[in-house]
Amino acid sequence: MSAYFIPMLIVALVVYSVYKRNNAYKSFVSGAKSSFELVLTTFPYIVAILVAVALYQKSGLNVYVANAIAPVLQVVGIPVELTELIVLKNFTGGGSFAILENIYATYGVDTYIGKCASVVMASSEAIFYITAVYFSKTKIEKFKYLIPLALFMNILSAIIACWVCRFV
Amino acid sequence: MVVGGLVALMLINPDTAFSTMLDGSRQAINLCVELWAVYAVWLGVLKIIEDTGLDKVFGKILQPIIRMLFPGVDEYAANQIAINITSNILGMGNACTPSGINAIAGMDKGGNTITTNMSLLVIFNTTNIQLIPTTIIGIRILHGSLNASSIIFPTIITSLSTLLIGIILAKICGKVFLKGDN
Repeated sequence: MSAYFIPMLIVALVVYSVYKRNNAYKSFVSGAKSSFELVLTTFPYIVAILVAVALYQKSGLNVYVANAIAPVLQVVGIPVELTELIVLKNFTGGGSFAILENIYATYGVDTYIGKCASVVMASSEAIFYITAVYFSKTKIEKFKYLIPLALFMNILSAIIACWVCRFV
Repeated sequence: MVVGGLVALMLINPDTAFSTMLDGSRQAINLCVELWAVYAVWLGVLKIIEDTGLDKVFGKILQPIIRMLFPGVDEYAANQIAINITSNILGMGNACTPSGINAIAGMDKGGNTITTNMSLLVIFNTTNIQLIPTTIIGIRILHGSLNASSIIFPTIITSLSTLLIGIILAKICGKVFLKGDN
């Protein structure tokens, strides 16, 4: 069902475009052209984040950080097994897929841990990535409360996810 | 994180330090190529939406909500926010990014400090509000889940409740921390 959704939407859009006497092809091409500029704008930020993540994981810092945070997370009801996913999820969505699959392989998909990991993954976003990329066209440097607030939101979402999963 | 990682690597295994950085950079290029593919198609589609005036229709439908949540944004930014939120809800993943960047750029008045509206849009995107988490369900099926879609309901509950709390906190933080800035 959901597989038809986006193709149908696009067909409908092209039909609507013809009805509006707009050249859909021309619009598409000029839009696609601007993707080049967008990738160029966002690329440096993505490099910075992924280099940092690679160093963080390869150096073993991730283990220390996970060990340090796990007891705190446990107090608020988040299983220890999810610590690394929750930490890395803040930086990169793509990179944390590897950890998610690892959790599935180790603890099973349909277990409590597996479900929690799925919901945590689906209900939060990589905030450092989003902030870096979304503001890439502006000169904004002072983010004030934004990062702490977004981090807090991600932890809160993990707490709620692990709590809701107990009843499903 | 970079400095910490570098120092730790130097102590344990200095040979791998630079190659690890290159690994990260290589991953970034791979990701960007993937993103480029998504952006190219999606920006093409978005441009059709814009040229046919459909973005204004979206904008009009969501206008009351957007005007209430994001007071004072102009029409362009409001339309981009509408597209960003719609594509989030439809679970389009990376396809949300172009409209998000445009929306932030549209709210930007050239200053160097964020505004409450901007932080609110980021919070909207962090809670990843979506009807059906298609990507995760797909991975669950790949890993042999017997009930892959069982996560839909908990995901919606989690996203919605964090979104509500997030909106309130972003508004409060904006009032407290951005006094005089905007």
